[in-house]
Amino acid sequence: MTEFLQQLLNALSLGAIYALIALGYTMVYGVLRFINFAHSDVFMVGAVAGCLIGKHLPTGTWWGGLTCLLAAMIVCSALGMFIERFAYRPLRSSPRLNVLITAIGVSLLLEYTFQNEHVFGAAPRSFPQVFPQVVWQLRGLTLSSNQLLVIGVALVLMVALQFIVFRTKIGTAMRAVALNPRAAQLVGINPDVVVSFTFALGSALAGAGGILYALNYQSVEPLMGVMPGLKAFVAAVIGGIGNIPGAALGGLLIGTIETFVGGSQLSTYKDAIAFALLILILLFRPAGLLGRSHVEKV
Amino acid sequence: MHFHLRPLVSLALLALVPAGLTAADTSPIKVGEIASLTGKEAAFGQSSHKGTLLGMEELNAAGGIIGRTFDLVTEDNQSKAGESATAARKLISRDKVSALLGEVASSRSLEIAPIAQSSKVPMISPASTNPKVTAAGSYVFRVCFIDPFQGTVMAKFAKNELHLTKVAVLTSVSSAYSVGLSKYFKERFVADGGEIAIEQKYSEGDKDFRSQLTAIKAAGVGGIFVPGYYTEAALVAKQARELGITAPLFGGDGWEAPQLLEIGGSSLEGTYYSTHYSPENTEPAVQGFVKRFQARFGGETPDAMAALGYDSAFFLADAIKRAGTVEPAAVRAALAATKDFTGVTGHTTIDANRNATKAAVIVTVKDGHFKFLKTVAP
Repeated sequence: MTEFLQQLLNALSLGAIYALIALGYTMVYGVLRFINFAHSDVFMVGAVAGCLIGKHLPTGTWWGGLTCLLAAMIVCSALGMFIERFAYRPLRSSPRLNVLITAIGVSLLLEYTFQNEHVFGAAPRSFPQVFPQVVWQLRGLTLSSNQLLVIGVALVLMVALQFIVFRTKIGTAMRAVALNPRAAQLVGINPDVVVSFTFALGSALAGAGGILYALNYQSVEPLMGVMPGLKAFVAAVIGGIGNIPGAALGGLLIGTIETFVGGSQLSTYKDAIAFALLILILLFRPAGLLGRSHVEKV
Repeated sequence: MHFHLRPLVSLALLALVPAGLTAADTSPIKVGEIASLTGKEAAFGQSSHKGTLLGMEELNAAGGIIGRTFDLVTEDNQSKAGESATAARKLISRDKVSALLGEVASSRSLEIAPIAQSSKVPMISPASTNPKVTAAGSYVFRVCFIDPFQGTVMAKFAKNELHLTKVAVLTSVSSAYSVGLSKYFKERFVADGGEIAIEQKYSEGDKDFRSQLTAIKAAGVGGIFVPGYYTEAALVAKQARELGITAPLFGGDGWEAPQLLEIGGSSLEGTYYSTHYSPENTEPAVQGFVKRFQARFGGETPDAMAALGYDSAFFLADAIKRAGTVEPAAVRAALAATKDFTGVTGHTTIDANRNATKAAVIVTVKDGHFKFLKTVAP
C-alpha cells in the first residue's frame, strides 16, 4: 500500500509537468489549428534560463525560487511571442503544412543553438536548488518538497489559466478567435494580438514546466525537451486537442501510466506502453477523451 | 593526337608519385581518434582525449618513432548513437589513418569495431569494458580490463567487504556496457550465495528513476548495484536518498567523472565503484603522469579515462616501434604480441582475445571527494 501511494505521488508530479506542457500545445492548436513543435524546446529554454539565473540567486529560499520561476516564465513568453512573430505569422495565410515544417525547423534551430559551447553546451548541467528542500516521512511514505511543489505550482497555474480564459476580456477574445477567426475580426478583435497572447501564455506555462522538471530531476541539457515534449503532445491528443481540461487530464494519465509501468517488471516498455495507449484511445475516441465536436475550443 | 596523349602523360606522372614518396617516408603517422567531446558522456571523451593528446605530444617531443611523428585527427561523436560509425568511415576513407583510438563507451566502440575490422585498420579502445568489443575481429584491441572481471570484483566486494546478502540491480538496457556488467555481477553474486531481490531497468537519457527506486525500496535490499554511466548514476543516487533509501550504492568505471559529484552532490557519500587507476597511487610512473597532465591542462587531475587515453597512445607507439612500420598487418601482429607493457594504469598483457589483463581499483566517495580504497589483482 505504501509503495502504491508513493508511486501515485511520483505519478502526480510527473503528470503535472506533462499537463503544463500539454496546455501550450492545446492552446495554440485551439487558436491556430496547428501543432507548435518548437514548444518542447521552449520548455528546455525555460529550464536553461532557470539554470543560468538560479546560479546568481541564493539557494533554498522561497523568494529566490519564485524569482527564478517567474524570470523563466517571462523569458519563455518573450521567446514564444518572438517565434510566433518571425516564424509563424508570415506564413499564416499559407498552407498549414508549411507552418508545421517551419515549427520543426524552429525546434531544431533552438536545440542546436543551445548545444553550442558558447551558448550553453551539450553536456548536462546540474540545476541549482533554488527552492527550500525538505523531506517528510509519513508512515513509510516519503514526501519531498520538490514533488509537492511541482503539484502545487501546476495546480495554481492551471486554475489561473482557467480564470484567464473564462473570466477575462482577452480570454473571451481567445475563445472567439478559436471559434471563428473571421467573425471575431468583424466584431473588432485583433487576431494578431490574440495569437501573440496565446503564445505568450502557452510558453510561460512551458517555462514553468521546464523549471519544475529541472528542479525534480536536477539536470539540464539542450535535448531535455524532446521526450517530455513528445509525451505532452500525446497527452494533449489523448485529452482531445484544443480542450484545456483535456490536456490536463491527458498529462496526468500519461504520467500515471509511465510511473506504474516503470515500477513494474516491464519498466523498459514504459514509453512503448504510453504510446500504444494513444493509438488505442484514438481508435475508439478519435476526438480524444474530452474532445467533442461541439466542445468549447480555445 | 594531342587529346589522346594527355591522359597518358598524367597516368605516367601519377605512377611516379608514390614511388617518390616511399623512398624516404618521414611524413607524420596519421592516427584517428573518436571521442565523445560533447553530449551526455562528454566527461569521458574530454578526459580520454586530453590523455591521448598528452601522450601524442610527449611522443612527438621525444622525436616520434621510426623516424616519424604522430598526427592526431580527432572526431567528436556528440555521445550519439550512429555518429561513431560515420566518424570511423570518414577517418579511414578520407584521412587514411594508420590506426584508430576510441571510444570509451562500449556501445559506440561496437559501432567502430566492425568498420575497423573490415578495412583492416588496427583499433584500440582505451576504456570499453564490454567483452563483445574485441570479439569484432583480429584488428580490435583494448588497454583496459573487461566486464566479467569488473563484475566479479564488485560482486566479491559487495559480498565480502560490504557484507551484503540481498541486493537490487538497476540496469540501463540501452547500453551494452551496463547490460554486460550487470550480467557478470549477478552471476558471481548468486554463485557466492547472494540474492538478487529485484532487478529494475531504465534507458539512457532517462531522468526519472523514482518509480524503479520506489519498487526497490519496497523490496527491502541491503545495497543497490547501478552499472550505468555517471549522468544517470548521479540522478539515481539523488532520487534514492530523496526517497529515503539509505542502502549503499555501488557501480563500475562508468561512474568515473567529476560530473558525478557535481550532479549528485552529498547523496553520493558512502558509494563505491571499481575503476582502472587512482591518481593517489604513489608509484613514480603515476605521479609523473599526474604532474605532467596537471601542468598541461591547467591543474586538472587526470581521472581513469585520461590515464587510459594516455596509455592507448603509448600502447600503439610501442607496437609500431616493434613492427618498424605502419603497415596494418604488421602493427596488428605487434599489438597482439604485447607483453607486460607498462603504462600508468598498470602492466598490460594482451591475451588471445585481444583483451588486457590488469588490476582494478575500488574507489569510494568521502567528504565530497573520490578516495582510493584498494587494488584488486586479476
